Amino acid sequence: MHATSSAFRENARRALDNAELQRALNNAESRFVDHRAEMVATIPGFEAIRDEAVAIKNHTLAHLDLYLEAYEEKVRAAGGTVHFAETADDARRIVLDICRKANAKTVAKGKSMISEEIGLNGFLEENGISPVETDLGEYIIQLRGETPSHIIAPAVHVTKRQVEADFRRAHRHLADDRDLTEPAALLAEARAVMRTKFLAADVGITGANFLVAETGTSVIVTNEGNGDLSQTLPRVHIVLASLEKLTPTLNDVSQFLRLLAPSATGQRMTVYTTFSTGPRRPGDPDGPEEYHVVLLDNGRSSMIGTEFQDVLRCIRCGACMNHCPVYQAVGGHAYGWVYAGPIGAVLTPALIGVDKAGALPNASTFCGRCEEVCPMRIPLPRMMRHWREREFERHLQPATVRAGLAFWAFFARHPWLYRTATRIAFGMLAALGRRRGRFRRLPLARGWTAARDLPAPEGTTFQAQWAERRRSR
Amino acid sequence: MTARDAVLARIRRSLGVSGADPARREAVAARLGQTPRGPATPESRLDRAARLRLFVEKAEAVKASVARVATPAQVPAAVAEFLRQNNLPAAIRLGDDPRLNALPWRTTPHLSIATGRAEPADTAALSHAEAGVAESGSVILASGPDNPTTLNFLPENHIVVVNAGDLVGDYEAGWERVRARRRGALLPRAVNFITGPSRSADIEQTIQLGAHGPRRLHIILVESA
Amino acid sequence: MADAPGPKVGLFVTCLVDLFRPPVGFAAVKLLEEAGCSVEVPVQTCCGQPAFNSGDRDNAKAIARQVIEAFERFEYVVAPSGSCAGQMKVHYPELFAGDPEWSTRANGFAARVFELVSFLVDVLGVDAVAARFEGTVTYHDSCSGLRELGIREAPRTLLRSVDGLHLVELKDADVCCGFGGTFCVKYPEVSDAIVGRKAASIAATGAGTLLAGDLGCLLNMAGKLKRQGSGIESRHVAEVLANMTSAPAIGEPRIRE
Repeated sequence: MHATSSAFRENARRALDNAELQRALNNAESRFVDHRAEMVATIPGFEAIRDEAVAIKNHTLAHLDLYLEAYEEKVRAAGGTVHFAETADDARRIVLDICRKANAKTVAKGKSMISEEIGLNGFLEENGISPVETDLGEYIIQLRGETPSHIIAPAVHVTKRQVEADFRRAHRHLADDRDLTEPAALLAEARAVMRTKFLAADVGITGANFLVAETGTSVIVTNEGNGDLSQTLPRVHIVLASLEKLTPTLNDVSQFLRLLAPSATGQRMTVYTTFSTGPRRPGDPDGPEEYHVVLLDNGRSSMIGTEFQDVLRCIRCGACMNHCPVYQAVGGHAYGWVYAGPIGAVLTPALIGVDKAGALPNASTFCGRCEEVCPMRIPLPRMMRHWREREFERHLQPATVRAGLAFWAFFARHPWLYRTATRIAFGMLAALGRRRGRFRRLPLARGWTAARDLPAPEGTTFQAQWAERRRSR
Repeated sequence: MTARDAVLARIRRSLGVSGADPARREAVAARLGQTPRGPATPESRLDRAARLRLFVEKAEAVKASVARVATPAQVPAAVAEFLRQNNLPAAIRLGDDPRLNALPWRTTPHLSIATGRAEPADTAALSHAEAGVAESGSVILASGPDNPTTLNFLPENHIVVVNAGDLVGDYEAGWERVRARRRGALLPRAVNFITGPSRSADIEQTIQLGAHGPRRLHIILVESA
Repeated sequence: MADAPGPKVGLFVTCLVDLFRPPVGFAAVKLLEEAGCSVEVPVQTCCGQPAFNSGDRDNAKAIARQVIEAFERFEYVVAPSGSCAGQMKVHYPELFAGDPEWSTRANGFAARVFELVSFLVDVLGVDAVAARFEGTVTYHDSCSGLRELGIREAPRTLLRSVDGLHLVELKDADVCCGFGGTFCVKYPEVSDAIVGRKAASIAATGAGTLLAGDLGCLLNMAGKLKRQGSGIESRHVAEVLANMTSAPAIGEPRIRE
């Protein structure tokens, strides 16, 4: 997927000016935050479970090679096949290959961030195969030709009005005068349209929240049931997952599940938590005949052992972006690629390069709310700062920013110069601002004063006044 | 070098380890063999009556409906009652579960019964759960000829029979139930933890029931079983 | 000369207070002295956070070493800012982790660094101040103070003891104000959107005065409120606690004497 992350500032400006988007974001904003808080308050051992989950993930990453081997063996024992994909390109080719062998014309897709990451849909279409998104949010954005703006609520940026317009445009076979003003009508229509697609699909592709080494099982969590229909009805089931989804045991998954839905939507559990192990067994009346797991690396193995390793603990709950003041203001598309919000700010530079995505870790106030709510205790602000360090070392920041910092640091490191220079500079500033007490306009602070006043400094600095008081004693 | 070998090699290089290291292999084998649990959940300490109460409370909170019958013999009538109350055709699809086959269906002669995997035209399906989990109000269903998975997802109405004796406290205990009924190391192809009827909040965050899965989930709890 | 009694505190006044609003520094001194401390103010500049947050570790370390050298002789180092105190207490040890000489020094220093209000309440055990302030007040929790230093109850404990003061809790008090140091300069539009929401929450409390423990947040929020023509006054919480509210509020003109 083509990245526009370097244009974050322009993207953000456009997002702020987009009234429909702002309406949609305001609608969603407090719901996720409040529901999570309410649910977490009902789980007394939540903090202990977080600690436990962090320990399990760290242990898994430290032994990832061995767990991958164990997992693969179990998948094979269950009649499935594991395919390793080093790059996005490799993954696409493997999926196409499986689809071609199955003579697939249509593919039913459950929600998968990995499929976005590797640009699967466009690639399948180019090769004459028709992917249909079955998650309602993903379906809506597929109609709009958009990408998801949130990792669990992909259409959070779309209003009901817009959905109605999209359905009327796309579902031409239905009556023009049908009433679509209520969300229930929209849902009923989506359900009916989707049903025919599920039943006709040759291949079903889902993501995986967890891959279990103990049993060779893939786990998906959904509320709609689309992931389940996508993987049960077609002849072939393909699971797309990145390496770090590996989890040792079912008991470990149980603990992660205690964190996942509460952190994501404030539910205790999503409606469907499905554990799939291999293709149908002899005697099974339903289920896929083939089960494939495509394990994607795409940069993860290089993150292990670095200061960014902790981000591989992510369980894709979306809590970080739900609580991020920047995400709340501009939505997910401004981040310009697959992953948005704080997790996007750390993961995107790791996957596509800090030269292309450096704007993202800079677009943070380091308020720390993301880390506070992250069930896996990922130190997101610290990682964003590490990216800024990498940028600084490579001189990737704008020259003006570097110059400004160097200027400030020079004075900070020379206290006597600092006191003299600031006495003069701030004395002048104070004199200019004395009448009103604040500036509506200030040449070097245009960004600030565009929408805010800048309070004027008082005049003499504290240190000057303090020194004066000492002298007069 | 295959992609598999390349990926494993890169991971080992990043970690600065060798795949042959016995201490590492032992650590992994130990965890996979012992499958340690985390901190004990409050739900794991509940007695049978408390588990039942909590299960019903949680299931109803997520908009499943729960009917309680004293004995298995009353299940068919409870099924017919549910269909009648919701103005649904008196017809169900079920699998080949011996527990369901043993029920006195002759007591509901007007109920038409079809078996096998779900067909698109089915309006209601009947399954027997492996267990119910009080922690979340979930029912656990295992795929196979007894309870085909399509029964859980295709029809608009899903009726699930759960024995009160199969109500466990937490997820971990639920898995013990699933595995107790089966000899052999392989899990069923699909194990579904189902918590309420299907829903979506993708349109302006308004929660609506009946997305792609069933619109109604009805749980019949058999108290004496 | 005999040693002054009570804890010896080095006041880290912070560059924003030093340059923009000295009365906050004097309020801090007053509060500390009234609590029995002897206060000194060594020559100082900045804690180095701008450099640190921008990825310039070399300058961040150089500035940190300077601060540690100037302040490590004190029993306590106190700053009227959660942001600067957080930089020194949490990030200085990070900066020097693994450094044979400076790691121990930084850890020792960090253990003695405190934000002002937290120092009064959590270390000195102060639970009330002798101050009077008529009016309804609301309080914004600065992110660093809240999340890096765990400061939430301390300012509220002391505010509740102020005569005549009525505290109304700010909805989303724990949500960022959008300042973020260099962030408001790099992404001013997004920063403005965030402070716009904050200003709306502040106005919704009906309070006449906004208080906070960080001048960066206050300059940002006051600037937005003033641009909106709001009559809400903004002050640093130390000014109210020290009973020193005769100076004009932030962004208000000085009345000519």
